[in-house]
Amino acid sequence: MNMPFYVSPEQLMKDRADFARKGIARGRSVVVLAYDGGIAFATENPSRALHKISEIYDRIAFAAVGKYNEFENLRVAGVRYADMRGYSYDRSDVTARGLANAYAQTLGTVFITESKPLEVEIVVAEVGAEAADDQIYRLTYDGTVADEHSFVVMGGQAEQLGRRVKEGWREDMSLGEALRLAVAALGSGEGSSPRTIEAAQLEVAVLERDRPRRAFRRLTRQVLADLLAEGGEGPSGAAAPADDLPPADDLPVGPATPGMGTADTAPPDGVDSTEPEAGPKSSDESPTDESPTEEKPDAGPDKSSGTTPGADH
Amino acid sequence: MDFLAEHAPDRLPGNRSMPAGMTDPATLSPHATTIVAMTFDGGVLMAGDRRATAGNMIASRSIEKVFPADEYSAVGFAGSAGIGLELVRLFQLELEHYEKIEGSLLSLNGKANRLATMLRGNLPMAMQGLAVVPLFAGYDLDKDTGRIFSYDPTGGRYEEHEHHGVGSGSVFARGAMKKLWRRGMDAEAAVHVAVEALYDAADDDSATGGPDTVRRIFPVVATVSVDGYQRIESAEIARVAEQIADERRERGSIA
Repeated sequence: MNMPFYVSPEQLMKDRADFARKGIARGRSVVVLAYDGGIAFATENPSRALHKISEIYDRIAFAAVGKYNEFENLRVAGVRYADMRGYSYDRSDVTARGLANAYAQTLGTVFITESKPLEVEIVVAEVGAEAADDQIYRLTYDGTVADEHSFVVMGGQAEQLGRRVKEGWREDMSLGEALRLAVAALGSGEGSSPRTIEAAQLEVAVLERDRPRRAFRRLTRQVLADLLAEGGEGPSGAAAPADDLPPADDLPVGPATPGMGTADTAPPDGVDSTEPEAGPKSSDESPTDESPTEEKPDAGPDKSSGTTPGADH
Repeated sequence: MDFLAEHAPDRLPGNRSMPAGMTDPATLSPHATTIVAMTFDGGVLMAGDRRATAGNMIASRSIEKVFPADEYSAVGFAGSAGIGLELVRLFQLELEHYEKIEGSLLSLNGKANRLATMLRGNLPMAMQGLAVVPLFAGYDLDKDTGRIFSYDPTGGRYEEHEHHGVGSGSVFARGAMKKLWRRGMDAEAAVHVAVEALYDAADDDSATGGPDTVRRIFPVVATVSVDGYQRIESAEIARVAEQIADERRERGSIA
């Protein structure tokens, strides 16, 4: 009875999508939201060296959730793409749209052709000259691109957190307000007891509209703590001493976990990613059976079809 | 650059074949001239005049030859303007690329060596007359001091101390700096010395442009300190140039 079973394309795609979604939901969320002076990114990430948020080009930043090695590859490819474009043509010819399309191609191709889809979800954001020119693109594991406005939450319990951000978000928030909302949202998952996340556990960066060329800036330590402590609202917070250029090297390289594939694996379910792969392989049976049994939290972010762009968050 | 070499080798300056014979390549490209650099207390300064020449003609009165290489270093060049500008652009790109990929800045030595490698890549062109000689200066965050590196067209890298100059007018500029440079100068004094050195270079070298008070074109002067690269405002340079002219007028019309 070694006959290969027929697997319908629908089933195949669904299995892959389920697999990717499961991997993405296991990590911690990233919140991206617009504020009056640009776009802010926040995530819970105790590592100072392994970033989930990074600079791609002058006005473009990248944020990702999922497997570290996979999105790190994408990030490096993005930086190369942007730098090469900018060198060949002009710096102004590097746009988030072009980059998002390039990523979409890669993700889509991998989703269809490789044995395993990339377990990542990324945001490519570009800060424009005015708030109306800001662009936020969200790309999912299958290459779907969604043009988002105002805010995006991805990874972990994205839907739950997204609702939380949606309640609090309004136009023209100050940086302090936006970050407090983001951090409150990040701490709100997992049941109903909200946690407070300390500044040291956060990775926060902004694309600042008013910076001359490279708009990307990481907010660390004191600057961040001040902003979160609600005193640091308004322009004084934004103009605080920048910790911008050498993002990593003035900090002791912390307890990084370089050996682990996933920087963001939450401690309780630090199962390595080979385990769920068993699911899709035996796809002809009833693949949906095992997901509820092993991991409850997955039920949240799941949507039925693999290509839902997640329109409302 | 390695990435470019692999994927788009035609975009690297060294890899282009030159049509043989025809014209003297040296006349093809305008020449950029004097660049000076000097250390001061808390950093390093770089300044360059604004002239590019093609033979006996002035090709440009307002070319800029001093650039930020990254936040903590400056690069200037003398020689073939086209090649030099491309070299600088590629160098800037490379430093920024490294910074983004690795998440940390290259060390100052690393940057200086990288520039040497790129220059070596240009050797075939240099042999045909399109040589470019950069000057690199930066603030060493590890040693908390400003440092200067000079190069030869074959990619030799030499660390210079206190002050240095490259380009056709550098002989005169260096002479001036030898007399004017003092240990422990502050940035303001260094700006004064740099403008005066360029003034001397322009005085005796026809390929170096002096302060142009009619068109309001003044040398590019930039300092690099722990606060990063900072270009001195043109108005400030104008003021210093004016002051120097006054001093010299007083001293006697020969100087």
